[in-house]
Amino acid sequence: MSETQIIIAGAAGEGSKKAGLLIAKLFNAYGFRVFIHEDYESVIKGGHNFSQISVSKKESDAIKEKIDFLLALNKEAISKHKEKLKKGGVLMYDSDVIKNNFSEEEKVEIAGIPLGKIVEKAEGIPIMKNTGLVAAFSRAVGMEWKKVREVLEKELPIATEKNLKVAEIAFRSFRRIKEIKETGEEPAPLLSGNQAAALGAINAGLENYFAYPMTPSTGILQFLSQIEGVRTFQPENEIATVNMALGSAYAGKRTMVGTSGGGFALMTEGVSFSAQSEIPLVISLSQRAGPATGVPTYQGQGDLLFALNAGHGDMTRFVVAPGDVNETYYFSGKALNMAWKYQLPAIVLLDKELSENTYSFDKSFRKEKEEAIQGEMNGGYNRYDREDISPLAFPGGGAVVKATGYEHDKKGVATEDAEAVKKMQEKRMRKYEKLKEEVEDMESVNVQGEGPMAVVFWGSTKGVALRAVKDLDVRLVQPIILQPFPEKKMKKALSGVKKIIVAETNATGQLSRVLKEYGIKVSERILKYDGRPFSVEELRKRIKANI
Amino acid sequence: MNNLILPTKNTWCPGCGNFGIQRALGEAINKTDKNRTVLVTGIGCHGKMADYLNINSVYALHGRAIPVAEGVKMGNGDLQVVCCVGDGDTYNEGISHLLHAAKRNSDITVLVHDNRVFALTVNQPTLTSPKGFVSTTTPKGKKEEALNPLEVMLSVGATFVARSFAGKPEHLERIILEGMRHPGFSFIEILQPCVAWYSTMEIYNERAYEMEKEFLPLAEAKEKAQEWDYNNGERIPLGIFYKKEKEGFDKQLEKSFFVDTEKILEKSK
Ligand SMILES: Cc1ncc(C[n+]2csc(CCOP(=O)(O)OP(=O)(O)O)c2C)c(N)n1
Repeated sequence: MSETQIIIAGAAGEGSKKAGLLIAKLFNAYGFRVFIHEDYESVIKGGHNFSQISVSKKESDAIKEKIDFLLALNKEAISKHKEKLKKGGVLMYDSDVIKNNFSEEEKVEIAGIPLGKIVEKAEGIPIMKNTGLVAAFSRAVGMEWKKVREVLEKELPIATEKNLKVAEIAFRSFRRIKEIKETGEEPAPLLSGNQAAALGAINAGLENYFAYPMTPSTGILQFLSQIEGVRTFQPENEIATVNMALGSAYAGKRTMVGTSGGGFALMTEGVSFSAQSEIPLVISLSQRAGPATGVPTYQGQGDLLFALNAGHGDMTRFVVAPGDVNETYYFSGKALNMAWKYQLPAIVLLDKELSENTYSFDKSFRKEKEEAIQGEMNGGYNRYDREDISPLAFPGGGAVVKATGYEHDKKGVATEDAEAVKKMQEKRMRKYEKLKEEVEDMESVNVQGEGPMAVVFWGSTKGVALRAVKDLDVRLVQPIILQPFPEKKMKKALSGVKKIIVAETNATGQLSRVLKEYGIKVSERILKYDGRPFSVEELRKRIKANI
Repeated sequence: MNNLILPTKNTWCPGCGNFGIQRALGEAINKTDKNRTVLVTGIGCHGKMADYLNINSVYALHGRAIPVAEGVKMGNGDLQVVCCVGDGDTYNEGISHLLHAAKRNSDITVLVHDNRVFALTVNQPTLTSPKGFVSTTTPKGKKEEALNPLEVMLSVGATFVARSFAGKPEHLERIILEGMRHPGFSFIEILQPCVAWYSTMEIYNERAYEMEKEFLPLAEAKEKAQEWDYNNGERIPLGIFYKKEKEGFDKQLEKSFFVDTEKILEKSK
C-alpha cells in the first residue's frame, strides 16, 4: 500500500472522530506516518462530521482533494464526499441505513456492510457501528486480525469485549481488497497540536494551567486535566484567567493559559500588565475563523496582527507560530522559557488545523526547562534592579517583592518623574533588544529549496506547502518566530529570490503586511478564507499559476 | 506599624479614611507573618496601599486584584494573601470576580475601601453611592439605588462577612486579624469617609455602632445586614455578621508535581 487518503463521515454523535483515530492507530501500528484532519460543525448532535486520514510512508501532514476510501456512517456522508473518490476508489457504507441505488457506471467499488445487523448479532449498542466499519475497512486494506485486535483492545477501554465482537464479525464478513506490509518503522506517538503544546510546556517546567473553554483551544485544558501533575483550573472568564496566571507566576509557578481570539481579546489587559510588571505570562492562542464568534470550529489565521500588537502601551512580546506538532512541542517549551528568562508575555500562536488535527510525532524535538535569572532572597532586593533583565525573586523567600502595573522605580513603587519614567522604559527596551538578538540565533525561520521564487507561509499551512511544491523549483520559507521578528534570518532566507508569494488562511494577507514592514516586497498573495485549510492540489495549482 | 511604612511620598488627602485602614492593616500584618504576606491592590486611592507599605505586593489592574490574589494563592498556598480594593474597583469593574471568589471560598482576605465614590478619578458615582448622589457625571443626582454588598456576599455563600469603619482602627484591626486567620474567603467591607468627595465621617460616627452579638446564623445575619441597606436605615451595625468554617479553595486543587512526558508519548502511540 502506498499513500492513501481516507474519509470517514457521519452525523455528530455517531463516532466518526473516534473511528478516524482508530484508523490512524491501525496504520501507525504498521509503521506508517499518519495525519488526521478533523472537520466538525459547532453542534452536539446531528451536524455533519468527518475525519480525513492521510497515510504515507513518510511525513504526511496534509490532506488531498482526491481520496481512496470513503467510509460512510450515514447517507449525507455519501452525498457530501462521493465526488472526492478517485477512479478505482472504494466506498464502504452502512447498508442497513443506506439503500444501494448507485448507478451502474460508477467508477468506484461499492461495498455495503450491514452494520446494524452486525451490532445486533454481537449484542452491542448502535454507537459500536463505527468499530464495525473500521474493522471491515482494516480487512479491505489487508490488515491481519491479530494486529487489528491488539490496537482495538488498547483503544477501546469501555465495553471492550462487545466492541471486539462487533469488530471481529465485521472483519470476517468482509474481503481483502488491497495488500499491506509493515514499513519497518516504529509506531510514532500520535498527537494533536494542543497536546503537543501542553507536553512541550511541561518539559519546560509548566506547573499551573488555567483556561476558560473556547474552541479550538479547549483541548489543552481537557488534556492537562486528564493527566496528573499540572494543576489546572477553569476560572469564571478570560479576564480572571489571565489575572490568575499573573498572580500564580508572581508567586513563582510556571503558568500558562490557553484561549482563542475572543478570549484573547479579553486577556489583552493582562498582556499589557505582564509587560509592565515583568511578570512572565504565556498564552497559547488557537486561532479560528473570525471576526467575533466567527466560524467556531473552522480554520483561520486572522489573529496574527492582533497577537503581534496585543496589549496597550509600548512593548515587545515573544510570539511564535509553529507549523506542526514537532515545532509546537519544541516552541511551546521555548515560549515558556523565554517568558521566564525575559520576564514578558509570550504567545504561542496556533490555529484550528494545528490545534485539533492529529500528527505523527517525531520525538527528537524537545525543549528542556531553562532556569530564569534568580534574585537574592534577602532584604536588599529590588524587583526592578539592573540595566535590562532584573533577577526574579518570589514572595515568602525573605525579600520584599513588589510588582506593579504603574510605571515604577527599581523597588517597584509608582513614579511619575520624567527621568525615572524614561529610565525604566529604556531598561525594558534593552531587554527587548537582547531578546531580538537571541531570536536571530534561534531556529526562527525554516527554509527548503533554493528556487528563485519563494512561497512564504506560516502555521499549519506547513504540511500542505511541503507537499504542494513537490518537483517545482520553488523555495519554501516559514517564519516561526514572529516577534521579535527575525529580520536578518528572514532576509537571508529570501536572498536571491525574484518573486515572493505568501500563502495564508486569512482574507487580508496579514503575514504580507508584516513582511512589508521590514521592506520585504510580496508579489502575490494566495489567500483562503472559507474556514477550510488548503488542500495539496489547490495550493499547488495556485502556486503554479504564478510560475 | 511604623516599621512597615515606606519613605514614599504619601498623596492621600489629609484626613483620608485610608490612613485609618493603613494603620489597622499594618498592625494586623505585624501580628502575623510579614514575610509570608502578599498584598494585592486594585486601582484607585485605595490601591496606593501597595506603594506605602514595605511588604510583598502586586499593584494589579483596576478591578482585577481578586483574581490576581487567587492566582497567588494557587501558586503558593503557604502565602497569606490580602486584597485592598475599592468600591468602584470591585463592585463596579470587578464584581464577577468578587462573587466567584466568595462562592468558591478562595482563601484570601478582601478589604473593600468603600468610600462610595470614584475618588481618584475625581468624583463619579459607584454601585454603593446612594440614589441622588451628585457628582461630576451625575449633576442631577445618581438615578440607580445603591447596592448592599453585605447582602450580596451573604447570598453567594461567603464564609466570612464583616463590616468595619475606617474611623475605628482598633475595631478594624481586630476584624482584619480574624479575617486573615479565617481559612477561606473573608469579606471585610470598610466604611471609608472621603474628605474630598463624600464626607461621611460625621454620619458614620453618629450612626455606626458595634454589634454586641456577632457570628449570627445565616438568616439572622441577612436580616441584620438589612438594618442599613446603603439607601435607608437609621443605625449602621459593625462587626462580624457571619462566619463558617470551610476548607480554602486552593487546598482542593490537585498539587503540581513532575510529569514524565516520555510515558505519555509512549501511551499515545
Ligand atoms: C480599566 C480601567 N478603567 C478605568 C480606570 C480609571 N480609574 C482609575 S481609579 C478609578 C475609580 C476608582 O474608584 P474606587 O475603586 O472606588 O477607588 P477610590 O479611588 O475611591 O479609592 C477609575 C475608574 C482604570 N484605571 N482602568
